[in-house]
Amino acid sequence: MSDLNSGLSPDSLAQIDREVAKYPAEQKRSAVMSALRIAQVEKGWLSADTIKLVADYLGIAPMAAHEVATFYNMYDRSPVGKYKLTVCTNLPCALSGGAEAGEYLQKKLGIHYNETTADGKFTLKEGECMGACGYAPVLLVNNHTMCNHMTPDAIDRKLAEFN
Amino acid sequence: MLEIEIDGTKLTVPNGTTVIEAARSIGTHIPHFCYHKKLSIAANCRMCLVQVEKAPKPLPACATPVNDGMKVFTHSDMAVKAQQGVMEFLLINHPLDCPICDQGGECQLQDLAVGYGGSNSRYEEEKRVVPNKDLGPLISTDMTRCIHCTRCVRFTEEVAGMQEIGMAGRGEHSEIMSFIGMTVDSEISGNVIDLCPVGALTSKPFRYTARTWELSRRKSVSPHDGLGANLIVQVKSDRVMRVLPLENEAINECWIADRDRFAYEALNSEQRLTKPMLKQGGQWIETDWQSALEYVGNGLKSISREYGAESIAVVGTPHSTLEELFLLNKLSSALGAGAASFAGRYADARLTKAQQGATWLGLAIGDVAQSKAVVVVGSTIRKEQPLLAQRLRQAVKRGLNLSIINPMDDELFTKLSGKLIVRPDQMVEAVAAVVKAAAEHKQQTVPAEVADVVVSDDARSIAKQLVAAAASEGGRATVLLGNLAAHNPRAAEIAALANQLAAVTGATLGWMSEAANTVGAQVLGMEAGNALVKPRKAVLLFNTEVEFDSHDAQVALATVKQAEMVVAFSAFKHAGVEYADVLLPITPFSETAGSFVNMEGKLQTFNGVVKPLGDSRPGWKVLRVLGNLLGLEGFDFDNAEAVRKAALPQGEVGIAAKLNNAVNGVVVTLQPAGAGLVRLGEVPIYQGDALVRRAPSLQKTRDAAAPMVSLSAATAKQASVAAGDKVQVKQGDAQAQFTVAIDAGLAEGVVRLPVAHPKTVMLGAMFAPIQLTRA
Repeated sequence: MSDLNSGLSPDSLAQIDREVAKYPAEQKRSAVMSALRIAQVEKGWLSADTIKLVADYLGIAPMAAHEVATFYNMYDRSPVGKYKLTVCTNLPCALSGGAEAGEYLQKKLGIHYNETTADGKFTLKEGECMGACGYAPVLLVNNHTMCNHMTPDAIDRKLAEFN
Repeated sequence: MLEIEIDGTKLTVPNGTTVIEAARSIGTHIPHFCYHKKLSIAANCRMCLVQVEKAPKPLPACATPVNDGMKVFTHSDMAVKAQQGVMEFLLINHPLDCPICDQGGECQLQDLAVGYGGSNSRYEEEKRVVPNKDLGPLISTDMTRCIHCTRCVRFTEEVAGMQEIGMAGRGEHSEIMSFIGMTVDSEISGNVIDLCPVGALTSKPFRYTARTWELSRRKSVSPHDGLGANLIVQVKSDRVMRVLPLENEAINECWIADRDRFAYEALNSEQRLTKPMLKQGGQWIETDWQSALEYVGNGLKSISREYGAESIAVVGTPHSTLEELFLLNKLSSALGAGAASFAGRYADARLTKAQQGATWLGLAIGDVAQSKAVVVVGSTIRKEQPLLAQRLRQAVKRGLNLSIINPMDDELFTKLSGKLIVRPDQMVEAVAAVVKAAAEHKQQTVPAEVADVVVSDDARSIAKQLVAAAASEGGRATVLLGNLAAHNPRAAEIAALANQLAAVTGATLGWMSEAANTVGAQVLGMEAGNALVKPRKAVLLFNTEVEFDSHDAQVALATVKQAEMVVAFSAFKHAGVEYADVLLPITPFSETAGSFVNMEGKLQTFNGVVKPLGDSRPGWKVLRVLGNLLGLEGFDFDNAEAVRKAALPQGEVGIAAKLNNAVNGVVVTLQPAGAGLVRLGEVPIYQGDALVRRAPSLQKTRDAAAPMVSLSAATAKQASVAAGDKVQVKQGDAQAQFTVAIDAGLAEGVVRLPVAHPKTVMLGAMFAPIQLTRA
């Protein structure tokens, strides 16, 4: 992680600029969520240094960016594995097998929530409602791919895809 | 206007009033935690829920604007039930540690729990525990007690200007904290202690030293900056334990700066001088007042006889009371030594001669923020005048155009409409450029002395803003001069041009006084400037530490070292032990009656809040006895009030008559920038006066960090140094080593290195040439 202190890549900055341009000039802070997402994609996770880089770039207090980065659980504030599996444990999912899905994954991967497997392949996270309660239990892979009806069998099939 | 009925009482309120404000105006108290009149509305504590007719559920009074004909019930069953419910939730996670909590006895949660809380809790599960945070040397944290009202967050963002505190996480995991690894460094940070409605943020220096009900509360006035913030000094067993703001909307609102709040630590310091001391045969011995004063009296008489009275220098500081300075000045003239001098960091003798009266703010403090354009000339305004800077920051949000003409571009945490950043020796030329631009803009004849100056676009836009603001209906434009202008070796020329600028644009000119009694000292006819620039036989130093309170510490120290007799009237044992012959213990502001005249010319009187420590005595009493002992006329006063009457026979009217910012007969000669490096030596915020220098907690803040040599990147490159390098700095014959820092806000050729610091006292003048070599 030697590039932690170095700035964001020109590509990332260009992406952030595009987000900033969506808001009035004096409202640059409105782009903080997108900017943090772009920074996370580049760096893999959001260190305090990265958060400060984003804050400085937008001209806001580091704490203002830190508030956002800690509020939303799709931002990772520690390094994650190649596949980040986020299990929804909010009430509808939890009642429809979400809790079991989480336990099954913990047993299968040999890690607890918020841990990464020794080979650096999987990180397990608890997630907030993903707006798909009808398809419970749901699971999110790397913040982007939603998987429905994650019974133990479905989980096995999914994990097999990653091998 | 809207009609509203609160608990059966009918009243009319202006549009936009909230229910909580309407209720307050008729004395109805609605319980609340997150609401604060000076902060934005958050409505997140929910404590102020009230019943509103036709609303299906209780509404938060702080966030509900009054509608015409609204009927509000603050004590109905629905309201009380809602308030009790909120209180029960707030107490679920709040620890029951009131007996060991510093807030106990002055805690809003404790008070409201008595009114709205149950006698026991239904909650039996585990309470949440939150780790404490390091917010720096001034604020102590017990974060488990936090109820997430976010007043501290809103204060840092809205009032202090930089959101140093925030709420991280969410839901049950949310925590108030500063950014990772950062402390809260604002110069007005202590106010979050007052704002915190519970014991989550408390005063670190005060921690566990007293309970609030043991303290008596006494009014006083801050002796530091020229604002004259009103204070409540809290006292236990004749010892000052804590200082809080006394609300005065016209001066300090409900805030005080950190130096007003924490400098009290010096009052109880080990370094306090408690006995008169004489140096005999190179040894300091304690003595009694009689012998000490006789020694001083005899010494003054014999020196006056032998070398003439003009060989005596009487030097004070504007941090002393009006009564002390009056008698000091009287003593000086009665001795034949002329007026006493009081502002040792002033270096331009032409300014004193040219001034037509006592320089002041030019308008009321509250009116500054009503201006539509303000230009600050030569001021580290956040550090020099923390609360005035805060007022300007609020005004900028309401549309004020704030510009600066400064030798540095420090972060002011506000939007600037224009800035001219120049070398300290080019301040005159920078103001001249704006004068010329303003004259051109108004199509007036450009004054001959500024005709040759080059006008930049920035200067033109600053001039335009001033002209437009002054010409707008009911508008006002203000030009404010700060310490860096007053201490500049060409201060008279800056003042003359600032007067011209005000005249051309129609702006008001004001000086932001350096210290609590700068205006008072001038009203008394004391001489602004340093009497120690030429050799003297006898020197009386009143509340003055020459190495910190002089424009050129080298010269001043040389003067006192060669003097035959140096008498130091001081509340502290200071470096004077090396050069003084007599140390006379006078009391600080907390142990004497007195008064200060603040920058708007307001006379503020206070009484001593505790007894003088040891054998120390109020300065005015010491001077009275000394005057009598010397057989001088007119030194018989029974009390401080009698001294004040003699000093100001007409009271405030007499002050107002002397306030005048005009200067006469100053010849402005534009000069090119110097070729070499020039020093920018400002006085650090916690080195300004004898008290702050000895307040341990303030000395641990980042603002009190060891001085560094700051350079712009270009200057550093020319000198072949980089950030972190050690450099040898030379002024005159003196040298010292410092570490380099890069400061992008400096003009080329500027070496920023503060004065008035123990690590820099051996060096020379504030804005003089300086040499720099890599160590």
